Amino acid sequence: MSFLDLDEWLVDLAAAVDVVYSPIMDIKEYPENVDVVLVEGAIANEDHVELMHRIRANTKVVVAFGDCAVTGNVTALRNPLGDPENVLQRAYKDAADIAPQYPAEKDIVPRLTPRVTPVHELVKVDLFLPGCPPPAPRIKLFLEQLLAGKGERLAGANIKFG
Amino acid sequence: MAAKTLTIDGKQISAFEGATVLQAAEEAGIPIPTLCHLDGVYDIGACRICLVEVEGVAKLLPACTTRVREGMEVRTDTERLRNYRRMILELLFAERNHVCAVCVSNGHCELQTLAYEHGMDHVRYEYRFPKWDLDVTHRLYGMDHNRCILCNRCVRACWHIEGAGTKNVAGRGARAHIISDLNQPWGDSESCTSCGKCVDACPTGALFKKGATAGEMAHNRAKLEFIVTAREKKQWIASE
Repeated sequence: MSFLDLDEWLVDLAAAVDVVYSPIMDIKEYPENVDVVLVEGAIANEDHVELMHRIRANTKVVVAFGDCAVTGNVTALRNPLGDPENVLQRAYKDAADIAPQYPAEKDIVPRLTPRVTPVHELVKVDLFLPGCPPPAPRIKLFLEQLLAGKGERLAGANIKFG
Repeated sequence: MAAKTLTIDGKQISAFEGATVLQAAEEAGIPIPTLCHLDGVYDIGACRICLVEVEGVAKLLPACTTRVREGMEVRTDTERLRNYRRMILELLFAERNHVCAVCVSNGHCELQTLAYEHGMDHVRYEYRFPKWDLDVTHRLYGMDHNRCILCNRCVRACWHIEGAGTKNVAGRGARAHIISDLNQPWGDSESCTSCGKCVDACPTGALFKKGATAGEMAHNRAKLEFIVTAREKKQWIASE
């Protein structure tokens, strides 16, 4: 949503880049030879692990985009509770009114990883854009630098978490 | 008191004998980052953020507990110090569960501010994700151990500004934590005067006022400063 707050600058951005992959696009396979990827969210299940390795192998600049990708943030709140089984138990069995069961459809619901980790604990990350969410002006500054071919790390209050 | 002359970052300054390097630097307008230091209570050199280089001394020294010496040459801002400071901040973030986005102190947190001032755009160490509880038994205040960095400011404010002695440290190493009285629920403490000085002394959101939601709580350090100024200078002046 914060990305959409870029408002009319999105039109300029669209003219400068080719968007080749996104969870809300029709394309299902992450393509090859991608210049820049903005990774949102932490590594929480086995699908994430697989996709993240594919992304790293096919992308020049991997950006951890937002606090969840950079720190694990709220999604990592399950970690101190230990085994993901504990969380599933609470959400899908203890708190269920009818038919308590784990969502476990084969090849559809991925298994949770033992703990949620920031992206850089799994693969090498080139640049970090913290914030929950990163405010639109920060995203703009960051993307402008990238488009200018500089790709510098942000500094000062532009790397404030939260 | 005799004066000592020394140089800090190449600037020649004089300070009273017995002053700390931190006090001397502050007097000379040279900023040194601090975290466990709190005006009005004694320093313990716990957080190591204020480490400085002293010519002729191989190890780094905390500015808050190092006394000035005649002819001392101090450096406060070198590549080596900046690296160590960032490392310390990252270790603090990795040690407990600091989730800025849902913290009462988001935007008013000394740890958070220091982190971005030192270029910490991510934490290079593996997060430990320990399990810590909350103590919300007190009528007015809460303690979230997940956000505690063990700076001991609350302990010192409680003992030496309020004089109640409710807050203490229990445990060792990574299991060290702040307790009330004899490790009982804060709400059951008989010594706590509910003055809230510990909450105002806390640099993070570990101690908070009940009812504050994310980003809502700013610590009121002026209250502590008022009392300390009154005690040390016998002047009852409120700072703006």
